[in-house]
Amino acid sequence: MRHVISLLIENESGALSRVSGLFSARGYNIESLTVAPTEDESMSRMTIVTTGSDDIIEQITKQLNKLVEVIKVVDISESAHIERELMLVKVRATGKDREEMKRMTEIFRARIIDVTDASYVIELTGNQAKLDAFIGAIGPELILETVRSGICGIGRGDRVLKL
Amino acid sequence: MVLSGAEIVIRCLQEEKVEYVFGYPGGSVLFIYDALFNQDQVRHVLVRHEQAAVHAADGFARATSKVGVALVTSGPGATNAVTGIATAYCDSIPMVIISGQVPTAAIGQDAFQEVDTVGITRPCVKHNYLVKDVRDIASTIRKAFHLARTGRPGPVLVDIPKDVSMQKCEFEYPAEVAMRSYNPVLKGHQGQIRKALQLLLEARRPMIYTGGGVVLSDAAEALTKLARALGFPITNTLMGLGGYPASDRQYLGMPGMHGTYEANMAMHYCDVLLAVGARFDDRVIGNPAHFAEEPRKIIHVDIDPSSISKRVKVDVPIVGDVNEVLHQFLQQLDASPARPEPDALAAWWKQIEEWRRRDCMKYKHSDEIIKPQFVIQKLWEVTGGDAIVTSDVGQHQMWAAQYYRFDQPRRWLNSGGLGTMGVGLPYAMGAQFAHPGKPVACVTGEASIQMCIQELSTCKQFRLPIKICNLNNRYLGMVRQWQELFHGGRYSESYMDSLPDFARLAEAYGHVGLRVEKPGDVEGALREAFGRKDDLVFLDFQVDQTENVYPMVQGGKGLTDMILSSEDL
Ligand SMILES: Cc1ncc(C[n+]2csc(CCOP(=O)(O)OP(=O)(O)O)c2C)c(N)n1
Repeated sequence: MRHVISLLIENESGALSRVSGLFSARGYNIESLTVAPTEDESMSRMTIVTTGSDDIIEQITKQLNKLVEVIKVVDISESAHIERELMLVKVRATGKDREEMKRMTEIFRARIIDVTDASYVIELTGNQAKLDAFIGAIGPELILETVRSGICGIGRGDRVLKL
Repeated sequence: MVLSGAEIVIRCLQEEKVEYVFGYPGGSVLFIYDALFNQDQVRHVLVRHEQAAVHAADGFARATSKVGVALVTSGPGATNAVTGIATAYCDSIPMVIISGQVPTAAIGQDAFQEVDTVGITRPCVKHNYLVKDVRDIASTIRKAFHLARTGRPGPVLVDIPKDVSMQKCEFEYPAEVAMRSYNPVLKGHQGQIRKALQLLLEARRPMIYTGGGVVLSDAAEALTKLARALGFPITNTLMGLGGYPASDRQYLGMPGMHGTYEANMAMHYCDVLLAVGARFDDRVIGNPAHFAEEPRKIIHVDIDPSSISKRVKVDVPIVGDVNEVLHQFLQQLDASPARPEPDALAAWWKQIEEWRRRDCMKYKHSDEIIKPQFVIQKLWEVTGGDAIVTSDVGQHQMWAAQYYRFDQPRRWLNSGGLGTMGVGLPYAMGAQFAHPGKPVACVTGEASIQMCIQELSTCKQFRLPIKICNLNNRYLGMVRQWQELFHGGRYSESYMDSLPDFARLAEAYGHVGLRVEKPGDVEGALREAFGRKDDLVFLDFQVDQTENVYPMVQGGKGLTDMILSSEDL
């Protein structure tokens, strides 16, 4: 089962390697991991997308909690939540493809943020499925390069991950 | 008061009431050694190899429940320390290791004697720090001691670059540690304890299984009270020996791979299992799937939530400090009129006594050749069961655990988790520093002892009257046993040729050496050795080369699948 784990961690050097080291040492999967400081600079927030049986997910959250610098851990996928990922795609944009790319961008509510006479850079946010669908719709022959941020997640409603 | 970083390090150790630092100097810790030189409150023990420094500090901690402290230089000093750190980590021993690092400006430049110590040790410490600013030394060391001894204890490493140890700042030792990310739970949940107690009181075949956590939290007294009040059978793991008096009737011996028949059968066939400060290790329950086949309710008390429901599913988890939780159990039991059902308990004991009558620890005595088990039995007799016994890793370790009956905690020091050959002598050093007047015996094998034999020199320098009992079978005995049983008797690289004459080797280091060849001489030699109160005596017992450790549960097999003796093969 796929889970999205959010955690708050002290913004110290080496904190990221403690988390990633834990996953590799114990053989847990990481599908994606994002991290950046929060509005309180002394803390970072991480979103880890992982897969595993209930027992493994239980161990993952316990092991994360055990790290001295980890402040809080929640499995936000246990209830209603929102996931977003940012993707930048550089596409070939010449001839009739130029119009086609613009149309696609509109359909997916994406934005063209860089233009040359041969290419566009398109910016798109959404959940994983939407980003995958966009790539599928464009087709591999026109894609020059893609970069995805990995997932950021947040609970819906009044569920708050805060100190 | 303005002090240098190095002086601050030593002041911090003084504030923590550290009596001994085990260490070895080098370039990047020269300022720290200089600061050490100018005071006499913290005493330094110069070992002969950094691995032994960490083991000795670890042994000191095991023998006392204080935090062990080691000091090593950068690069090779730090890498030599890693085995010791990992050993302490696997057994949750409270330690602070201070390592020197190259100057901050040189970090990342592949400088002389530079290694990423924080990176190398990260997976085998509870936590570690690289101190980049002299103003952070005091608060970091304060935190290191706090982390090492609270919650689930463990080693904490503090890496200090040379320039940081040289810079100056105002010294003040923080009185308090506040860490928003670290607040271990100490008290157990009363409701869970009530539930657990009810299960225990209704049990028809109850069993208590306790581990190193009981020793680490100094809970032997509370455990003994609870076990006696309930009248239940009890087993202590290799790490938990002495948690409950081994000579008591309720004690069934050690469980697991080389545990007793009665302990393993009772673990398997009980209907309610109270696990305290133990972690259902693979060497204890064997194959978890086989263990799960028999239905039983499990109550698990542990300070570390991640130990609970890791290898077996637990019905009543109780997170908290073992000593606290056991006291909570006792209070609730006191307040309740309910007691275990006597008839059910009597029937269960009848079954256990039947298992006990198999007498699984018997072995064939010989008048010709020394049986290793016999040496341990005599060691127990001669020391009145009152020595601190350390061991290395192998057959001798299992025999010591099986045949020396530990009635008190912190008398048995061994590497249970990592299984590190070489710990025996340094552990004995740490224990002897901690308890100068007490008999300390190191039970070892001719292979293990050679992994830290250089420490005989340290023992001479500090006049440590350790008694080394070398069960010399001229084999990597435990390896030979597995090869005999599981590899068709192909003894690949498990025979040791060209062994030194250990008695003379000990003499060369300035100690007393005795070679013992006949069963009739064992007791006399032990008496002579322990009679020499001021000397380290190296007893080199020539023991039966073919003896195996039984009972044995083969790796991956179920707990009840025991080989009781060579006749079962
Ligand atoms: C550092 C290290 N290397 C290898 C091993 C694997 N090992 C476990 S027991 C053993 C043999 C120990 O021989 P000895 O010390 O003579 O003890 P005996 O088993 O003969 O009593 C070995 C090699 C280990 N535990 N530790």
